[in-house]
Amino acid sequence: MQYLLMIYSNEAEYAKMDPAAGKKISDEFEVFTKDIIQSGNFKAGDRLRPTSTATTVRVKDGKVLTTDGPFAETREQLGGYYLIEAKDLDAALGIAARIPSARHGYGSIEVRPIWVYN
Amino acid sequence: MTPTEIDKIFRDEAGRALATLIRLVGDFDLAEDVLQETFAAALERWPAQEMPSNPRAWLVNVGRNKAIDRIRRQIAFRGKLGELTHELLGNASACEEMADVAVLDDDMLRLIFTCCHPSFAPEVQVALTLRTVCGLSTAQVARAFLASEEAMAQRLVRAKQKIRLAGIAYEVPERETLEPRLRGVLAVIYLVFTEGYVATSGEDLMRPDLAREAIRLARLLDALMPGRREIKGLLALMLLHDARRAGRETAAGDIVLLEEQDRSLWDENQIAEGLQLVEEALRLAGPPQTYAVQAAIAALHARAPSYEDTDWPQIAGLYEVLLRISPSPVVELNHAAAVSMVDGPARALDLVDALQARGGLDGYELLPAVRADLLRRLGRHDAAREAYLAATAATRLEPLRRLYARRMKEVTS
Repeated sequence: MQYLLMIYSNEAEYAKMDPAAGKKISDEFEVFTKDIIQSGNFKAGDRLRPTSTATTVRVKDGKVLTTDGPFAETREQLGGYYLIEAKDLDAALGIAARIPSARHGYGSIEVRPIWVYN
Repeated sequence: MTPTEIDKIFRDEAGRALATLIRLVGDFDLAEDVLQETFAAALERWPAQEMPSNPRAWLVNVGRNKAIDRIRRQIAFRGKLGELTHELLGNASACEEMADVAVLDDDMLRLIFTCCHPSFAPEVQVALTLRTVCGLSTAQVARAFLASEEAMAQRLVRAKQKIRLAGIAYEVPERETLEPRLRGVLAVIYLVFTEGYVATSGEDLMRPDLAREAIRLARLLDALMPGRREIKGLLALMLLHDARRAGRETAAGDIVLLEEQDRSLWDENQIAEGLQLVEEALRLAGPPQTYAVQAAIAALHARAPSYEDTDWPQIAGLYEVLLRISPSPVVELNHAAAVSMVDGPARALDLVDALQARGGLDGYELLPAVRADLLRRLGRHDAAREAYLAATAATRLEPLRRLYARRMKEVTS
């Protein structure tokens, strides 16, 4: 089964991390990504630039409206994702719990099954 | 066979049969539908004929055949490729498998752990468990939650949908996750019990049917996973609390506090069983475990001839252990209550006030009641009266309100 793991954290708090701690988590992300590639779970994954770089598009009455920033102001913001293949939900949750930012107590990971069309 | 006898068999075997059918059929709803049809068939055939020697196997086999028929019809109708899985079609030896208790036990564990999966909110875990493991009807589960039948049916539908769509496996958890998952199951069972033991709102102080379901679940779990201190501890705890049921309520539905209860009304046999289990739990190796410690406290109450003659120092000590391993507002307050019996109400009031200052008990509905009681015992009648008013406002339980009203009269006269 395929799952999207959405990595949320409070951008402001995450940015406040000192450079050494930040580098440590980056390194751990590299190791983690390599691990799940090797185990065959990795399908895709990326870090996202912060929400200050986001633009939101809505179409109303045929007009395209563009706003500066994310779709909504939230306490935690989407910072990255992994698309994984996993045997079942418990396997996916196990992988999510190993994501370095979550393991260090930053934010949360939403695990959502992909809607597969036949 | 009378309909009542058949009904009893259904009650006993329904959960197990369903658990196995779910595994064979791979779908909660289909398994439930098919089991319903199978019951109907049994009601038709059993009274007239001999009772099958293994009713559970009969239910599973007939159910499985009905499931095969259904799926075949679906395939013919929609032309989809077979969901007639290997499990479902099986082979001749699979029929012997039905008599294998171990296999059926595993299926029951699968069902329990799936219903109590942590990806469900606790209320959903309780609802699913009551419906599929305990076999309560949707209407009965709705009543337990004081919800409408429609709302409950929706909630159950969504939960079963999540099992399918999110890929919750029908499995007993792996060794690494078994302990935390088991704790989750016990928490659900305890939720069912506490809701039955002191309903959170409404006219009834107790819903004995829920308490009995919880005890039944814990017994089942103890049989399926023997030698586990936390399971025995929980079962002991519930048996001991439940044994006091007759003493807790007057005929008018008013609450009788522990200190006033007629202990001769307590169920001696249940107490004996509970005490036995506490000893077994405490003898099993391992660090102190919250249900076992709570059960030990309940055991001390059950053994005491009277409220005054209770081993309060030991109870206070056990609450201190609980404060270490599983602190909570309830534990803090119960500890304070025990301390009041050892060191007096003034000391206990200090503890409670210190707690409140630390913000540990904010909004906890029994806090004003405990304070009121301590203040009353200290002779501080004005403060006690205020606290009883606050206690009345904080609870939705009529019998408790009546109790506070009685106490208020005492401190007013």
